[in-house]
Amino acid sequence: MKTTKEEYKKLAKDNTPRSPVLRDCVFAFLFGGAICSVGQALLGLFKALGAEEETAKTLVPCTLIFITVWLTGFGIFDRIARYAGAGTLVPITGFANAVVSPAIDNKAEGWVPGVGTKIFSVAGPVILFGTLASVVWGVVYYVMTCVMK
Amino acid sequence: MSVITLKKPVRIISSASVVGRHEHAGPLGGLFDFWDADDAFGMDTWEHAEAEMQRMALTFALNKYGADDRAIDAVFAGDLMNQCTSSSYGLLPFDIPYFGLYGACSTAVEGILLASLLIDGGHFSRIASVVSSHNCTAERQYRTPIEYGSLRAQTSQWTVTGAGAVILADGGDGAKVEKLLPGRTFDLGINDPADMGAAMAPAAADTLSRYFRETGTLPRDVGKIVTGDLGFRGYEMMVELMHREGYDVTNNYTDCGMLIYNREKADVHSGGSGCGCSAVVFASHFLRELNEGRLDSMLLIGTGALMSPLTVAQGDSIPAVAHLAKVVR
Repeated sequence: MKTTKEEYKKLAKDNTPRSPVLRDCVFAFLFGGAICSVGQALLGLFKALGAEEETAKTLVPCTLIFITVWLTGFGIFDRIARYAGAGTLVPITGFANAVVSPAIDNKAEGWVPGVGTKIFSVAGPVILFGTLASVVWGVVYYVMTCVMK
Repeated sequence: MSVITLKKPVRIISSASVVGRHEHAGPLGGLFDFWDADDAFGMDTWEHAEAEMQRMALTFALNKYGADDRAIDAVFAGDLMNQCTSSSYGLLPFDIPYFGLYGACSTAVEGILLASLLIDGGHFSRIASVVSSHNCTAERQYRTPIEYGSLRAQTSQWTVTGAGAVILADGGDGAKVEKLLPGRTFDLGINDPADMGAAMAPAAADTLSRYFRETGTLPRDVGKIVTGDLGFRGYEMMVELMHREGYDVTNNYTDCGMLIYNREKADVHSGGSGCGCSAVVFASHFLRELNEGRLDSMLLIGTGALMSPLTVAQGDSIPAVAHLAKVVR
């Protein structure tokens, strides 16, 4: 073949169709903003129903997670996320979907080799490195508070 | 390896295709033999559904030919699953000697090629070739969980839910396999699993340009040039690579991955892919065109990307292979 590896990689790169970045950003802003607004409305609702501030703040993510799990289970979430992108990924909805979708996917392989083994196959890195980052930040925080004294 | 001209043309005496709902909704929807509204084909898991599609495709092909499995000397079958289980489980009910093949999405043509050679060699009279892919089994094995929500890359393709079966024989009626050219594995350094069209185009261009050089023919000497599943992205790359080899294929070149879906409506980005893509488009559309006299000849080029999720995770680039069969009226 007359085309070399380097030439072809350049050709493929130069001709890669671009993602519609502006559209993706607008959709992410609208969907992400809508989810956060729903969260804020839920906070107001729970407080109006008589919940303490702290309790209401716990109930909001619980509700959003429940809705996400429900939408994922009925095969609706991924259809929204196909347009919403980061708008559904960044809020807690993305994390809930990342945990529940492999759990549903691997149900046929049983509770232990299927659901149990695979449930964190997507969210695992977030949990691991999130925990690690919080430990590192905890140490930084501790050192800073010692120095500030 | 040179172009093989069969001593006596091998006939494709029967064919059948089974697809899912998205494929049925596409421009070729009315040509498929069977489609299932929920892609499950009455089964409890996606893997069982894909196996069931293979069983159905071969059953329909046998029924159209008016024979039972005892009339078939061997079956060549393949799919995209680990250990090709859709093929082995799906074809379990048949009393036919079984050969499992893996050529990724090139398997449909690989099966036709090997079957034609064995029939040409005289040891077999009738061989069935069956392949399948299922969007949900492929998503699970190669990508993310089915219900995981994310944006897809513009170069990504949609794995076809479909199974195609053809029966090849040393006599009878039907389109003829006339020439064959086995492909070489080829890797020009693409390592993005969401860009398989670009990864496979060099293999297809290598096989097709070798075919033209060795036979001394030009693209215009054949009715249609059809690749398996390069999609819209791979089509562009293929046209450019062929241009650099000195051949203009723009007049009569198309790709099964571009034909199977309504691009905008189905939201499939670069088009269809998977073993089932070339198999069902060939079995339903192109064989019909040949048998009903609207097409004289075609070069069918099965294109397969030969990576696994493991090699992708380890950063390896994606090798590909492309086998060619010239099928004439």
